Amino acid sequence: MEDLKKMYDAILNGNFKAAREITQQALAAGVDPQVLVQEQMIPAMDEVGRRYEANEYFVPELLISARAMKASLEFIRPLLTARGAEPAGRVVIGTVKGDLHDIGKNLVAAMLEGAGFEVIDLGVDVSPEKFITALNERHAGLIAMSALLTTTMNSMKTTVEALKAAGVRNKVKIMIGGAPVTQKYADEIGADGYSNNANAAVALARKLVAA
Amino acid sequence: MTSLLAQLLSPGPVITDGAWGTQLQAMGLPAGECPDLWNLTNPDRVRQVAQSYVDAGSKVILTNTFRSNRITLAGHGLADRVVEINRVGVEISRAAAGTHAKVFGSIGPTGKMLMMGEVTEEEVFGAFAEQAAALGTSDALVIETMTDLEEARIAVRAAKTIGLPVVVSMVFDSGKARDRTMMGSTPEQAAETLAEAGADVIGANCGLGMDGYIPIAKRLRAATALPIWIKPNAGLPELVDGHIVYRTTPAEFAHQAQALREAGVAFVGGCCGTSPEFIYALRTALRL
Repeated sequence: MEDLKKMYDAILNGNFKAAREITQQALAAGVDPQVLVQEQMIPAMDEVGRRYEANEYFVPELLISARAMKASLEFIRPLLTARGAEPAGRVVIGTVKGDLHDIGKNLVAAMLEGAGFEVIDLGVDVSPEKFITALNERHAGLIAMSALLTTTMNSMKTTVEALKAAGVRNKVKIMIGGAPVTQKYADEIGADGYSNNANAAVALARKLVAA
Repeated sequence: MTSLLAQLLSPGPVITDGAWGTQLQAMGLPAGECPDLWNLTNPDRVRQVAQSYVDAGSKVILTNTFRSNRITLAGHGLADRVVEINRVGVEISRAAAGTHAKVFGSIGPTGKMLMMGEVTEEEVFGAFAEQAAALGTSDALVIETMTDLEEARIAVRAAKTIGLPVVVSMVFDSGKARDRTMMGSTPEQAAETLAEAGADVIGANCGLGMDGYIPIAKRLRAATALPIWIKPNAGLPELVDGHIVYRTTPAEFAHQAQALREAGVAFVGGCCGTSPEFIYALRTALRL
């Protein structure tokens, strides 16, 4: 297929039907799925993220682009898996114990999926034990915790301590986010990173996986 | 304008109330517990918060029912108590208000995103219609702290089914100029959409301090003939030793509120970080 740039545009514009069709056509025409992902789709999501950070895009644009990305990856992922390619990383994500607010967590999960991560979403009110079980069972290299309230934020600290007690702290990178969370707090509780929006979370996850 | 609103507003701007959640926490509400459940388990303390605002001079107080729609309560395992929590919430505020203040029933967002398909439009409409009916003995309803214009529009339509005046208030805290909702809507878009949905009062609350909401108030004023409702935070929160701190003092807040009056705002109160002291200062500064 001569015009792979169409794939880039479909993701950037959040056109999931086009994303799906172009993916199918490209694969049928023998395009390397890895090339499609690396040269068109991920750069398109990066541009979406840039526009979001620059306040040109808002949450709806972010979501529809992530949805287009996901629609395309549904065709591509089995092919990549079949040839033994690993996802960008495996992330266990959830809001911490006591916190039921999941909008931020869901945005981060959607953006991570869009960036090619395998996301294991444990939902809301996730206890330290549940995080640990999921990390062990799914061999995830990353844990992402979210909290909206100052009153529930300290469950992040409890979870980090539980990871240490279970002897798995050194096997994972920990990233945190949510309205009251700061870099200072991340440092205090011994997390590996903090981000203040869904796009920055993707950049952080990539950095932590590469480290 | 409905006769109730016309009567309320005839002497000039109306002072509403301040934050409830932080007041309840100061009275011992534990972390993670649903504040609205206290209507049933600690009604006396909820009443104290309501009373403190009436005593400070609020002419409109809200109800401790911000989270009491079926979708949000389900997260706390309380979906079967929607009617009870809302009904008692109005009774508590009514007892504190007496003849001194009107009671506006509070309706907050579901916390779920329509765009992500977490809930359907029908589910959201049903949840808000149910809550509105359960708040039916209020003088009016306030749909507040909305971040998604589409959810707010559905909430207005649902709330209007019971015949009370409906206030709808969005959070504008996103974008370069901090004048968009989280989903990117402008004050002008919000005013148009919400007026069309049948709102009686349109406003903004939470997310910004007084200085942020003065220009927003002017834009809402220019965009609609409906009365404007504004409840800013006590400035922007800062985290100090794990605690949220709001730096704006009641006196500063009240001083800046003069500009809201000049902008033609009909209802003035406070959101996060404000307390009865802020309401008392507002009343003194605005001589109401």
